Amino acid sequence: MLVRKIPDGTVIDHVPAGKALSVLRLLGDPQENGFTIAMVMNVNSSKMNRKDIVKVEGMEVSPEQVQRLALIAPRASVNIVRSYRVVAKKNAVPPRTLRGVLNCTAPTCVSVREKESAPSIFFLSGRSPLRYRCKYCGRELAEKEISSQLG
Amino acid sequence: MRGGGPPTGADWVSRDAWKGRDVISILDFSRGELESLFKAADAFVGPPRPRKDLADRIIATAFFEPSTRTRLSFTTAALRLGAKVIDLSPDVSSILKGESLHDTTMMLEGYSDLIVMRHPSEGAALLAAELSSVPVVNGGDGSQHHPTQAMLDLFTVRRLKGRIDGLTYAVLGDNRYARSATSFLYGLTKFKPKMVHIVSPETLSPRAEVVKQLKGLGLRFELGSDLEKVIGAADVLYLTRIQKERFPDPNEYEKVKGSYKLTKEVLAKGKGGLIVLHPLPRSTELPYDVDSAKAAAYMTQAHLAVPLRMALLLKVAGGGEA
Ligand SMILES: [Zn+2]
Repeated sequence: MLVRKIPDGTVIDHVPAGKALSVLRLLGDPQENGFTIAMVMNVNSSKMNRKDIVKVEGMEVSPEQVQRLALIAPRASVNIVRSYRVVAKKNAVPPRTLRGVLNCTAPTCVSVREKESAPSIFFLSGRSPLRYRCKYCGRELAEKEISSQLG
Repeated sequence: MRGGGPPTGADWVSRDAWKGRDVISILDFSRGELESLFKAADAFVGPPRPRKDLADRIIATAFFEPSTRTRLSFTTAALRLGAKVIDLSPDVSSILKGESLHDTTMMLEGYSDLIVMRHPSEGAALLAAELSSVPVVNGGDGSQHHPTQAMLDLFTVRRLKGRIDGLTYAVLGDNRYARSATSFLYGLTKFKPKMVHIVSPETLSPRAEVVKQLKGLGLRFELGSDLEKVIGAADVLYLTRIQKERFPDPNEYEKVKGSYKLTKEVLAKGKGGLIVLHPLPRSTELPYDVDSAKAAAYMTQAHLAVPLRMALLLKVAGGGEA
């Protein structure tokens, strides 16, 4: 299946199958700000069996967005395109610390019980598969839990 | 009061390393720091003499969960050092009726020089320490940490066995929810035990994050469910009761209730010199007839709580000369 090349913008490859819409949400739904979007879903991939691809015409993602992207698409590669040429290729890098992004799943964790006043802080504890550890109770969130919280 | 202490994990031995520091997890302390605590505690074992070291200090005990030994031994330790104690505990019910941990901590910080806190939520003491400008000592946070209990337990081993290194340990019981067991295991990672047998009914074996942590810290341990297999090798048997109150599902508790017990017959299979520790209170896992056995060391352990906590309070809240 072919989707036309974009002149300028961002191509995000190796998104887990089914996560293309979550990626768009994470980028702030650029289609609602007038950007043209192309999505290819559930295509064969030598690297990951099935994958999605997201193209956003006219918008270059920020380094922060690339970091955030790693939470739902840990193996994504981000290509910045200018005049039909890839000028930069970045791999999604998960941030070492996440504040106010994830929710702890331990029901008795202080970050859950005292939600109004306690921050949510997670530390990266594994890259492949992706894992984050709650600063307060030590509970780890697995890749699936992370992406489902964000997706 | 976070950030004042030395970097975590560093083998930092300094006269002042304890001063003003939060005590949240035993993992935050180096072997050298623990040894200096034990040395200081040695001096307080035996008949007490009145002291005035903390005469101008006020210690707050804030127990959001029932406690007898921990609260009373901290109180006794503070009084023996001449400190004054304010206690929030009798009003627990009114606190639970809506006041946040945040607001309670901010109040106590203004009223006292050190806060000893127990709370049913994991991470409560850490959160309080981040908010408070005075040191916070964790007296137990949910099923996670109980650092001063672990310090006391290691101190007891050191006094009764002469060392902590090179011994074989069996840790029997609720290794999933008993923070004393988890903290004892964390404490052992600071030393060089010959082997640690973690013995529990399957549903009470340590949580995944704890096992991962112990592996990462290089502790030599084995997980099992049969005490009789390992008791013959053990120098120290550490026993905990099932933490009924922490089971998310009462049916799960019913399934494992009474599933392990240290009987005199099993104890007889232990070698000479074996000591049995238990943080107390006990349930059915430790019958009273074991008390007369030579190995029973849990009453000594309970009594050592005062000297150990005296040393700790003096180091954290004192002038730094301890
Ligand atoms: Zn948590």
